[in-house]
Amino acid sequence: MLNMQIELVKQLFRRTFTNRFPSKRIPKSVSGFLRSVERGERKMNPPVPVPPGFRGRINYDKKKCIGCRLCVKVCPADAVVFLEKEKKIRYHLFRCTFCGQCVDVCPTKALQTTNEFLLADYEKD
Amino acid sequence: MRKAGDIIGQESRDTYSICVGPVHPALKEPVRLNLRVRGERIEHVDFELSQVHRGIEWMGTRRNPIQILYLSERICGICNICHTFAFCRAVESIAGIEVPPRARYIRTIVAELERIHSHILWAGVAAHELGFDSAMHYAFRAREKVLDVIENLTGNRIMKAIMMIGGVRRDMDKGQARLVMEAADFYSRCSRKLEKIFLGDPVIKSRTRDTGILTRHDCLALCSVGPTARASGVRKDVRQDEPYGAYPDVGVKAMTPDEITGETRGDVYDRIAVRLREIKQSADIIGRCVKDMPEGKIAHEDKANVLLGELRGVQGEGIGRHEAPRGEVFHYVKLVGEEAPYSWKVRAPTYNNLLSWIPMMLGAQIADIPVIAASIDPCMSCTNRAVVTGPGRRQVLGQDMLHDLSVKRTRELRRGLRP
Repeated sequence: MLNMQIELVKQLFRRTFTNRFPSKRIPKSVSGFLRSVERGERKMNPPVPVPPGFRGRINYDKKKCIGCRLCVKVCPADAVVFLEKEKKIRYHLFRCTFCGQCVDVCPTKALQTTNEFLLADYEKD
Repeated sequence: MRKAGDIIGQESRDTYSICVGPVHPALKEPVRLNLRVRGERIEHVDFELSQVHRGIEWMGTRRNPIQILYLSERICGICNICHTFAFCRAVESIAGIEVPPRARYIRTIVAELERIHSHILWAGVAAHELGFDSAMHYAFRAREKVLDVIENLTGNRIMKAIMMIGGVRRDMDKGQARLVMEAADFYSRCSRKLEKIFLGDPVIKSRTRDTGILTRHDCLALCSVGPTARASGVRKDVRQDEPYGAYPDVGVKAMTPDEITGETRGDVYDRIAVRLREIKQSADIIGRCVKDMPEGKIAHEDKANVLLGELRGVQGEGIGRHEAPRGEVFHYVKLVGEEAPYSWKVRAPTYNNLLSWIPMMLGAQIADIPVIAASIDPCMSCTNRAVVTGPGRRQVLGQDMLHDLSVKRTRELRRGLRP
């Protein structure tokens, strides 16, 4: 018990370990809070930066796509669907498991991972 | 005779039947424990599994090996490298793929980082079960560092997605090697501190010493694996018995409690001691791997489509074993020259360890259930393999029931054959 108590007392003089919430108190309206941050009225604690090579939301560049279907073949979650008419793909974000295998396999680099990770939403589009 | 758990409540004049679970605050994952108690003492233990069956093996037989890699990560959230590692080894043994040395070292490093993070998480959960919440928060704070290192190495905190059949997907540069070394040093120190906090604490000691004893004999009879077996004095570790990856170069020795506390009792205290010391062992392995890292390729084949074509041409059966944080993971794969495997079978370590609950819990008190249940570090969703759902009551097909069904079917057929 004593060892833990020493640790706890030490902790009193240390910086808080957990990441800060975006705002100090829960705002009445989250979107209103974000808008006021954009206008520069209030300050927001920025999200924790991600390391290089983070597997976030996948960006699809339709112009570069040559319709080779390799990404359709390796996708474990059927997040990539091939469009027969256009010979292009459609990427479903809500099915994606963010493994990044399609990014590795893409021959023209039409698919790229981004650093975005705040993807939770109430709607599926 | 009536089984415990058939009825809930008073069974006879002085025995009660109680059930804990499937969803219960003391258990982290769904399992139902049926217990018969006399006063506070547990007299009979039985448990029901298959509350979270997801049919992952079935899904696997409809996907190609590269898709299965990411599916196998989802078998267990915490040990996602273990299942992928075992699956990769199984497929590699079928196709005769040689893994480049650098890839073997990177695999070992990531697997050991995962062991550190799993053991520290477990230490936190165990402390929470004992009501020692400050130690839980301490352990969770210590765990953040390894998660950051994993995020830097693989691109995500938990789901690593770094394994590839015949190698790994990402290389490690100098900066990352330095970060991993720093983490290894940190966890060497951290393991010592955690040992002081947990093992030196008189309350934890009196609560866990001689609680939930698994004797060496029971352990061998029930085929327990991993830290649960090692805490009972059985020197069993896949990394030691059948070295793979970079383990032959490092030389791992199974950790038993007599090296830490001087005696082997096989109780919850010993299991805490073994797990905490394994954090240090893992940190040492990582340190050696980073130092001796060879140069060279990181994958047998870079292009996934070429690899898939190569795997489509092979036939055969293969097994893959890996020492997960909870014990030995075992994967069986059968490829028949098609895109998807013909069969894929997973045996997670908790499957072996669950039965050791019975000797541990017999004679214990009701208040010890959460501590004993948590002491084997159970992972239910890895374990659940078969469930039959129908219009009536849900039931699980056991071996004898299956056999009866088969006999019945034969009789029916014979009746049909008769002119």
